[in-house]
Amino acid sequence: MIPEIGHFALILALSLAICQGVLPLLGAHRGDVAMMGVARPAAIGQFVFVGIAFACLTWSFVQSDFSVLYVANHSQLALPTVYKISAVWGAHEGSLLLWVLLLALWTVLVGRYSSELPVAFSARVLGVLGLLSVGFLLFTLLTSNPFERLIPAAADGADLNPLLQDPGLAIHPPLLYVGYVGFSVAFAFAIAAMLSGNLDQKWARWTRPWTTWAWLFLTVGIALGSWWAYYELGWGGWWFWDPVENASFMPWLAGTALIHSLAVTEKRGLFKSWTLLLAIAAFSLSLLGTFLVRSGILVSVHAFAVDPERGLFILAFLGIVIGGALALYAWRAPGLDSEAGFRATSRETFLLLNNVLLIIATALILGGTLAPLFIELFTGAKISVGPPYFEVAFAIPMLPLVLLMGVGMHSAWRSQDLGPLMKRLKIPAIIAVVLGISIPLFVYGRASVLLVVGVFAAVWIMATSLIQPIRSWRRSPGAAAITRGVLGMSIAHFGVGMFVLGVSVVSAFSVESDRSLVVGDQVSVAGYDFELRSLQNVDGPNYRAIEGEIDVRRNGEFVTQLRPQKRTYLVQQSPMTEAGIDAGWNRDLFVALGDPLGNNAWSIRMQYKPLIRLIWLGAFVMALGGIVAASDRRYRLTAKAKQPSEAISGEPA
Amino acid sequence: MKPRQQRMLAVGLAALGIIIATALALRAFQESMMFFVEISEVQKGNYPEDRNFRVGGLVVDGSVRREAGELEVKFDLTDLDSQLTVAYNGILPDLFREGQGIIAHGRLNNDRIFVADEVLAKHDENYMPPEVAESLANHAAAQDAVLDAEKAQK
Repeated sequence: MIPEIGHFALILALSLAICQGVLPLLGAHRGDVAMMGVARPAAIGQFVFVGIAFACLTWSFVQSDFSVLYVANHSQLALPTVYKISAVWGAHEGSLLLWVLLLALWTVLVGRYSSELPVAFSARVLGVLGLLSVGFLLFTLLTSNPFERLIPAAADGADLNPLLQDPGLAIHPPLLYVGYVGFSVAFAFAIAAMLSGNLDQKWARWTRPWTTWAWLFLTVGIALGSWWAYYELGWGGWWFWDPVENASFMPWLAGTALIHSLAVTEKRGLFKSWTLLLAIAAFSLSLLGTFLVRSGILVSVHAFAVDPERGLFILAFLGIVIGGALALYAWRAPGLDSEAGFRATSRETFLLLNNVLLIIATALILGGTLAPLFIELFTGAKISVGPPYFEVAFAIPMLPLVLLMGVGMHSAWRSQDLGPLMKRLKIPAIIAVVLGISIPLFVYGRASVLLVVGVFAAVWIMATSLIQPIRSWRRSPGAAAITRGVLGMSIAHFGVGMFVLGVSVVSAFSVESDRSLVVGDQVSVAGYDFELRSLQNVDGPNYRAIEGEIDVRRNGEFVTQLRPQKRTYLVQQSPMTEAGIDAGWNRDLFVALGDPLGNNAWSIRMQYKPLIRLIWLGAFVMALGGIVAASDRRYRLTAKAKQPSEAISGEPA
Repeated sequence: MKPRQQRMLAVGLAALGIIIATALALRAFQESMMFFVEISEVQKGNYPEDRNFRVGGLVVDGSVRREAGELEVKFDLTDLDSQLTVAYNGILPDLFREGQGIIAHGRLNNDRIFVADEVLAKHDENYMPPEVAESLANHAAAQDAVLDAEKAQK
């Protein structure tokens, strides 16, 4: 009964989504206030019904209702309740439902906080979001119904994939999806602006906080995914350039470009059509990401589903959304741009370069991700593109980007004289050169060109990010404090610096060693002595495991004890490696059990990973910067609105 | 410099940067591109000699062997038509097991043994890498096994 209620609620949600998608757009076109008024109640109703459907599915999981096919395939009686709940989005059907739920949630929030927007404009935004929702609800109901019954019911479920039985993966997909789906708001704002033909600086100011929120959730989602891969896939890598990872990274890059381009559009009214194009691109890449993950078209470790019917639906949906948006763009965008000028050295120039470089990075990654598909299509040869390509392709645009970042942050709008700029940046530059050479040499005892450049760039960004906060902190009484916008930018850029430092040091100084050990053996890796003390059997709720006990010493002094496990999950009979990790701010020690090799020996992988925490910490600091920037007062002031735009006079952000 | 000269200089530098970047990216692409070669083709001698490539197939039952206590492992891979011996010195992935479809990266040595520097087994035990599924289907000699493989794919 509960699953049928859920199914029915989903159908009702679809009906409401159709109303929300059609009537307000029609009403905005005709100037019919009553039709436009449908948007908000329809959005709320849709959210309620999708919420009911989601609750029904969750309930079926908690109750272990194995007469529901999806539950039977992805849960089990002995599964801990937390994972029964996270199993709801553990596979295709449920994660799609989560997607729809989040879209409905974003829509309700837009409805709630858009009362200051012109009625026709907010009706269009909500209408576009409604149409997107129609697409996804149709997809769910027609190809991926999570409420499909299994008759007769199974006695017990097939269990959740053991890899997904982990707190990191319980929260990674929802956060990632909040970000993915959040770009639909920027997309809807862009479409609404093109439909109304009215795109002013206020438009950018409305769009900015929404985009920043979506972006920061995506940032955290990607970072959590990387962290999860690091400790749960068992082998200590943090990024694999897997198509699915790229699928989440490309919208992030486009979204980052969008955030910066929006700054120019808000402050100076420039780059309007470019901003629109980026808003379309960021959301299109999110959709493409869904397509890549869900169609299984690319060889990928994440490809759970190989299903051409679904792939075809998404491809058609993708074609309609992207094709429609670009057609509208071609029709409406010319004529939007204003003529205001700017000098070669000005913040506009640096933000333009930022955008160009980010888009080059996106394009190179997109090319590498799709290359196997096209080469197979045209030549029949099956190829794969390995991480070395992506590393080079990503580093090429990123290197100038991180170097220019420090300069761009401190340039004025319109025109910046080089003299004062260089004076301001002298001290950070000196610090960066000194630390760039001495950190590799004196802390880690070795330096290469690439490494020095990496550490220099990292310190350079961090130091230049501190200038404005420090100035504000030491300002004379009465002087204006730093705005949230500038503070948020400084924090986020500081996070980029932390990330760059982490990546540079990890890739240069990680030590990894696979060894065959018997109990009592001791080996030395990167100055740490690892001793295998014992191996014993331990039992979990739904698995059995062999646990190693490994003591780590440094110069004879006890550092830590690591307990890596090799688990066998009982239902699926699948083995899983649980790494033993000792995390520290300056290094991780990482041990994973391999296989029994005979003669009581086990293969064991030991790793030393310096500064790897900075990679994720840097991403979280970026997201924190996003929160600070999005909470800037000027976004809330527009709520009471009507005051004229004080754009250009404002503090740069 | 006049603004016009400035602009020309900027455009020139940008063009130069793009050319260098494109060249570097293309070279990296060529170097990290790996062909998937069916095992039967490897045995016929049709494989890239001087670079890494990918092979894939089912791990033959009972073929996994190693010296007791040693890390190095050998196993046979089959596309249901021919077989290929793979040697790997490292820790095999969790879902590596006999009968499972796997992919290996590496190159062939003079003894016609495929020396792998990476072995991939997918995270989902029911999942068959598409190249492997197709390669198996191509060698329809063993029809039953193909059906099994297709079943495994579902």
